Amino acid sequence: MGKTFSKPRSLTDVHTHYCPGCTHGVIHRLVAEAIDDLGIRRRVVGIAPVGCAVLAYNYFDCDFQEAAHGRAPAMATGIKRVRPDLMVFTYQGDGDLASIGMGEIVHAANRGEKFTTIFVNNAIYGMTGGQMAPTTMPGQRATTAPFGRNVEEVGMPIKMAELLAALQTPAYITRQTVIRPKYINKAKKAIKQAFTYQMENRCFSLVEVVSTCPTNWGMTPMEAVEWTESTLLKYYQLGDYKVPA
Amino acid sequence: MAKVLMKGNEAIGEAAIRAGCLNYFAYPITPQSEVAEYLARRMPEVGGVFLQGESEVAVGYMLFGAAGAGARVFTTSSSPGISLMSEAISYIAAAQCPAVFVNIVRGGPGLGGILPSQGDYFQATKGIGHGDCRLLVMAPASVQEAVEMVMTAFPLAEKYRNPVMVIGDGLIGQMMEPVEFPADLKTEPSDKNDWATNGMDHRGSDSRNLVKSLFLDPVQLNDNNLQLKAKYDRMRAEEVRFEAYNTDGPYRLLIVSYGTMSRVCRTSIDMLKTEGIEVGMIRPQTLFPFPEQAVSDAADAPSCTHVISIEMSMGQMVEDVERSIQGRRPVSWYGKCGGEIPTPEEIIEVVKERIG
Repeated sequence: MGKTFSKPRSLTDVHTHYCPGCTHGVIHRLVAEAIDDLGIRRRVVGIAPVGCAVLAYNYFDCDFQEAAHGRAPAMATGIKRVRPDLMVFTYQGDGDLASIGMGEIVHAANRGEKFTTIFVNNAIYGMTGGQMAPTTMPGQRATTAPFGRNVEEVGMPIKMAELLAALQTPAYITRQTVIRPKYINKAKKAIKQAFTYQMENRCFSLVEVVSTCPTNWGMTPMEAVEWTESTLLKYYQLGDYKVPA
Repeated sequence: MAKVLMKGNEAIGEAAIRAGCLNYFAYPITPQSEVAEYLARRMPEVGGVFLQGESEVAVGYMLFGAAGAGARVFTTSSSPGISLMSEAISYIAAAQCPAVFVNIVRGGPGLGGILPSQGDYFQATKGIGHGDCRLLVMAPASVQEAVEMVMTAFPLAEKYRNPVMVIGDGLIGQMMEPVEFPADLKTEPSDKNDWATNGMDHRGSDSRNLVKSLFLDPVQLNDNNLQLKAKYDRMRAEEVRFEAYNTDGPYRLLIVSYGTMSRVCRTSIDMLKTEGIEVGMIRPQTLFPFPEQAVSDAADAPSCTHVISIEMSMGQMVEDVERSIQGRRPVSWYGKCGGEIPTPEEIIEVVKERIG
C-alpha cells in the first residue's frame, strides 16, 4: 500500500507553539496544501502578523516577512506593486486585521491589491492573553471585558467579511471555518480559490476563518467547538460574500 | 547634461529616477506634495511604480514590504508624516532593509506650520523610532545638493542595509534653482539574494529568506543590536561629510550651521569680512554621523573664542556641537523657527554681541 498521508511540502518539520484545540495548525496546513497544489511555493512570500501567528514563518517553508501589528496589507501592497509575479499572502488575526489594521485592510481591498489574506477570527486577542477584540461577542468575557462585552459601551462585533464585501471594487470575500471535518474541505477549496484568483491577477481575495481559542475562552477544546457552532457561527455566518464577476 | 531650472521637490523626484529608483509610495503633505504630483506623471513614463497610500503609516510599510522583497524604493514626506512613518522606520532598520526617506521639514511641534524649519533634527538623528535604531542623515543646502544627496542615498542605503534620510527644510523643497543630474551618480541596485524575500525561483535558491525584527531570545536580540551598532560605527568612520567655510585664516568665532540656514550664515560671514571681522563656519552635510572631529578641530583654532550653533530650531544641533567640543570653548545657540528665518543682519548682530 502506498503512502496516503504526508506533511505538505510547504510546511517545515517542526512542532508549532499553538495551544491544544487551537485551529491555527489546521489553517496553516490548508494554506500549505493550497500552495503545494498550485505549485507556487518557490515564488510565495507570506506575511506574518503580530499575534499568535507571529511565528508563522517558523512553520511555512517559503519566503516570509514579519509585519508590525495590523500592517501586513500595506507590506503586501509594497511587495505586489514592485514584484507582481510573487504570490503574496497575509495571515492575520482579528486584533491585527479588524482593530489596529482596519485602515490597511480596507484600503488594500478597495485598491484591489492582488494578494490573498487569511483572516483568522477567534473573537479574542490570543497572544497578549485574552483581551477583548473587535470581534468579541456581546456578553463574551475577556480580560479587558471582565463582565462581558457591553455593546452599549463598545458597540457590536465587526463583521469583516460583510464590511469588505460592501466595497465596490471586485474581490473574492468568503467566510469559512475548520472546527469540524465537514467544514475543512470547504475551507480548503476557498483558500485554493483565493490563491487562484491571485495567480490569475483577478482581484484581492480574503478568506475569513472562524476559529477557536480554548485557552483564552476558558473552555475545553470540545466546548470551544460547540460554542463556535452555537454562538459564533450564528453571528458570523459562513459563505461567499463576494465573488468576482 | 545642461542645467535645468527646477523646483526642489520636483528635482528630488527626478533625482531618484536618475539614480535608478523606480518605486515610490507617498501620502500628500505640505510642503512636499509636489514630489508626489511630479512622480504621478513621471513614473508611468519610465515604467516605474507610483502609489498614493492611505496614510503615512501604510506608506512606511509599503516601503518595508517592497524593500524586503529586494526593490529600490523611496518616499517623501514632511514632519508630521515622518512621525507616522517612524514606526515602520524602526522595523526597517531592525530587519536591515535599505530604503530612502526624504523629509522636507515644516514647523512643529504638532500641526505646527507649513513654512521651513529645522525642528526635526533630534527626530532624524536621535529619535527616529523605538529601540536602538539610527538613520544615515544627509542635509542639503541647495537644490543641486539635494539632487546629489538623493542620488547617493540609494547605494548608501544598500551598502548599510539601513534606511537613509535626506532632510531638507521647506525652502529646499519649494525654491527653484538650476540643477543637473550627474550621470555618474546612477547606480545599479546591489545583489540582495542572500537576504531578500524575492522568491526562491527568482534567486535560484532552495532555502527561504526571512525579513523580520522579532528576536525573543535575548542573546539573539543583543546580537542583532550589536550588528546594527557595528553599522552605525562604520557610518561614523566612513560617511562623515561637511564643508568648511572661511576657516583658513584666524577667525574669532566659529558658526556651525546646516541646510538653508548655512547659506544665510555664509552671507553674514562675507559681510563681516568687509568689516574686518573673521568668522569661520563648519556646515555638516551629514547630521548623522555628525562631523564631531571637524567641529572640534575648528573650535580648537587658537584665534577662536566662541562657537555658535545657528539653527531654524530652538537649540537642537547645539547639543551635538557641545558634545563635540567638550567644554573647551564656550558654545551657544541662536535661532528662529516656524518659518521665521534669521536674516544676515540679525546673525551679524548676534556674532558681534558674542565676541564682545
